[in-house]
Amino acid sequence: SRELFVLTYGALVAQLCKDYEKDEDVNTCLDRMGYDIGVRLIDDFLARSAVKKCRSYSETADMIAQVAFKTYLGVTPSVSCSSATGNEFSLILDKNPLVDFVEELPAERASLCYCNLLCGVIRGALEMVHLAAEVTFLQDRLKGDAVTEIGITFLRKPEDRKHKRN
Amino acid sequence: MDSRFTRGKSPVLERALGRPRSELSLAAFALLFSELVQYCQRRVASVAELQARLAQLGHHVGLRALDALVARERPGRRETKVLGVLLFVKGPLWRALFGREADKLEQANDDDRTFYVIEREPLVNTFVSVPRENSSLNCAAFAAGLLEAVLGASGFPARVSAHWHKGTTLMIKFDEAVIARDKSLEGR
Repeated sequence: SRELFVLTYGALVAQLCKDYEKDEDVNTCLDRMGYDIGVRLIDDFLARSAVKKCRSYSETADMIAQVAFKTYLGVTPSVSCSSATGNEFSLILDKNPLVDFVEELPAERASLCYCNLLCGVIRGALEMVHLAAEVTFLQDRLKGDAVTEIGITFLRKPEDRKHKRN
Repeated sequence: MDSRFTRGKSPVLERALGRPRSELSLAAFALLFSELVQYCQRRVASVAELQARLAQLGHHVGLRALDALVARERPGRRETKVLGVLLFVKGPLWRALFGREADKLEQANDDDRTFYVIEREPLVNTFVSVPRENSSLNCAAFAAGLLEAVLGASGFPARVSAHWHKGTTLMIKFDEAVIARDKSLEGR
């Protein structure tokens, strides 16, 4: 159930905060765990949704937003493309279920990325389909911004993909 | 702490306590749980410690789940009898957290402080395979910690442990004072 999931995630973050002193360590740890989850999640995702191969980065980003997020978290972020080359996208989440029970970050953990797990998951999943990407948080509602925004930057240029297919 | 009061009411606190609208997939929870277990495993040396860690995390979850659930399922009434709170656990609590009721609730024959909640296939163990050298590891220790926190916070302090028996059994052992109080309530 959703509450169990959200609370378990909270317990995990709390445990990490207790174990590690610095926020960056906690963020890194969350990212790595998310990465491990992502490489396994992609199998489950492809098995469940049976989608066709994506032809472009924007399709991939759309797929992540509309199908994957909906299946696993129950929300659909909106996708916007933020660079001319078509490499960078951002997913805007106005409802983030992971922070359902979180009011705000405590003062001493001001730079904690609570949802860093999500970034790791996206990065791991993309890497398993041979799309290297960097995923970071651009805005975070817990830190006072209006919405939560995750930025995905695909690292390889589109021309490389065409070569691979030949 | 101070800034929280000066900033005004947080929107999260103002939200209604309705049921969550969408259910998550089992895979998401299973993967998160597996990461949790792996993380704990990396940091502890023995199986007993791992179960203790899982129980502690379950404790954390249970405390926070209780308030919202009680307010939703039993508004205005608190459970005061042992049997009442156990039935609440078996039914509404388990259903809200795991999507189905626990399979059985039994009382030990010789000891009236001990109860068993039995599940053939607990949700937390769905994708867990236990290697032979750790055969006493039961990830239901997470559920045990959760249950212990729920019972403790409802005013029924108890010790809960997880065992391999008819599936997975959570053994609940209430404190003496709880049973004595229950008996005196029944006598009235």
